[in-house]
Amino acid sequence: MSTFSNEIRLETLKMLKTRGFGHLGGSMSIVDTLAVLYRDIMKIDPSNPSWSERDYLVLSKGHAGPALYATLALKGYFDLSLLQTLNNNGTSLPSHCDRLLTPGIDMTTGSLGQGISSAVGIAKALKIENKPNRVFTIIGDGELDEGQCYEALMFSYHHKLDNLIVFVDENKLQLDGYTVDILDQKNITEKIASFGFHTVKVDGHNEEKIKEAIINAMNTKHVPSCIVLDTVKAKGVKAFEGDIGNHHIRFSKQQEIIIDEVIKQLEEALK
Amino acid sequence: MSVHILDTAIQSSQELRSTYAETLGELIAENKKIVALEADLMGAIKTKSVQDAYPNNFVNCGIMEANMVGVASGLSVRGFTPFMHTFGPFATRRCFDQLFLSIGYSKLTLKVIGSDAGVSAAHNGGTHMPFEDLGLARLIPNSTVLEMSDHIMFKDILKQVSSLPGLHYIRMVRKAMDQLYREDSTFEIGKGIVLRDGSDCTIIATGIMLIEAIKARELLASEGISAAVIDMFTIKPIDQKLLIEYAKKTKLLVTAENHNIIGGLGSSVLEALALEQVRVARVGVLDRFGQVGTQDFLQEEYNLTALDIVKAVKENL
Ligand SMILES: Cc1ncc(C[n+]2csc(CCOP(=O)(O)OP(=O)(O)O)c2C)c(N)n1
Ligand SMILES: [Mg+2]
Repeated sequence: MSTFSNEIRLETLKMLKTRGFGHLGGSMSIVDTLAVLYRDIMKIDPSNPSWSERDYLVLSKGHAGPALYATLALKGYFDLSLLQTLNNNGTSLPSHCDRLLTPGIDMTTGSLGQGISSAVGIAKALKIENKPNRVFTIIGDGELDEGQCYEALMFSYHHKLDNLIVFVDENKLQLDGYTVDILDQKNITEKIASFGFHTVKVDGHNEEKIKEAIINAMNTKHVPSCIVLDTVKAKGVKAFEGDIGNHHIRFSKQQEIIIDEVIKQLEEALK
Repeated sequence: MSVHILDTAIQSSQELRSTYAETLGELIAENKKIVALEADLMGAIKTKSVQDAYPNNFVNCGIMEANMVGVASGLSVRGFTPFMHTFGPFATRRCFDQLFLSIGYSKLTLKVIGSDAGVSAAHNGGTHMPFEDLGLARLIPNSTVLEMSDHIMFKDILKQVSSLPGLHYIRMVRKAMDQLYREDSTFEIGKGIVLRDGSDCTIIATGIMLIEAIKARELLASEGISAAVIDMFTIKPIDQKLLIEYAKKTKLLVTAENHNIIGGLGSSVLEALALEQVRVARVGVLDRFGQVGTQDFLQEEYNLTALDIVKAVKENL
């Protein structure tokens, strides 16, 4: 774990703890990818979130907003103290991502399956404009149940959107339990490869591997790319990792103590 | 059919989602032609007990609302009575054409439970907060559109619709609501209920706005204004006869709904009274999107409180 991913985890946990509830599992599983993207890959200017030369990120699994908010705050899009207003009345940090409320959020998401299409549309727009900006989108493995995802994949291949990288957060869980039990997706990597994508599967908690996969994807011409992230839902909070009930947690006293301990460990590690 | 109105509403701890799970279990126990469908929100509506008890009559489809409606239509072709649940926006917007064609136009049967009515979606925010579901459901020819007033009504309505053909859209909040009716009440779909009588004006309300209407009635009484309160739990077909009766009997009608004033209860009432000499004011969401917040905050933000009803009465009476 890098300093940056530790910081993102720390801020994410602090904000969720302050609020008392939230989508912990799906936020924690994408932290390492966000760290790589925002530290090493994306062309961005936090002081100018609407810069038209920027790279875009659409968090299609919009319920993981807290991890992205933490990342954006750490990059300087807004003050870290704002994170403590997550989900407050009148907040600019709602549970699901909102492009009109939060600096650095490129698309409004929350209805699963829709963000990936918007990302594809941004990529298509950039192609029409002949611009070099890149588009990244992160979708959930449960989200892949939505047929719209496959429409977006087909469209991307047909339109040769090599400026697009789709991440699938394969954390093996959705809201009601294990994805294999609810809707067996079989082999996601092979399936998406069969749509014509340059597709690889990597350890979604290994930043070196993620970075290498992204660079390879960016160098792949004429076809869109997909990086399947082999992840653990709630990664970083041992007690919740892979637990069936970790999608949305309303913290009990006991769970608060668990979170506090992890916060302490992260703070130690960052000293 | 007889409705027994409680003189004063009781604070109840019975969550409507538990009522759904319990009643669904009872219905399936008696009728194996009922199949319950979920789209990965079983946890939110607490139907795991039904899945465990009747795995053959329960399908958690995955996150695929449009396909779920299509599957329901196929089940209906084979004579099953499908019930499906998801959050209101995903139960209507996300699968509207499927509801319209594969169920409505095809004259098939589906009971749709749309949860987290309006501001009760609270911290799930704007993407999950339906202010338009009743309007959408109403636009499908021959649909029946209902909003639940308490858990007593919900249980009775679930039982009734389980043996009725066609498309029913049942809007509900997942948590507990104040209890308005005695346990042995039975309800007639299409008939409004005069919850409290009055002679100066009539407040016509649904869902969480009923308790606000009752509070508003008390506030108005203290100022010498007598208000009737009608529970119009069937938004379609709306009880036109009762509306005309109270349009004649009182000087002003005020609708109160946890929904956009376009398309829902307020619109239905206006349509039903288009040819009458009557004044109608509407309290509800003024053509806005949702946002995150506590339900109390949101009720104030979207003008969904007793005081908003009082204001509408006093400004227009
Ligand atoms: C269209 C739609 N249907 C249902 C939901 C409710 N919902 C929110 S998150 C979720 C589960 C998502 O699972 P997955 O995509 O695997 O996310 P992750 O495991 O990364 O949290 C569900 C069903 C929704 N947000 N949108
Ligand atoms: Mg998942």
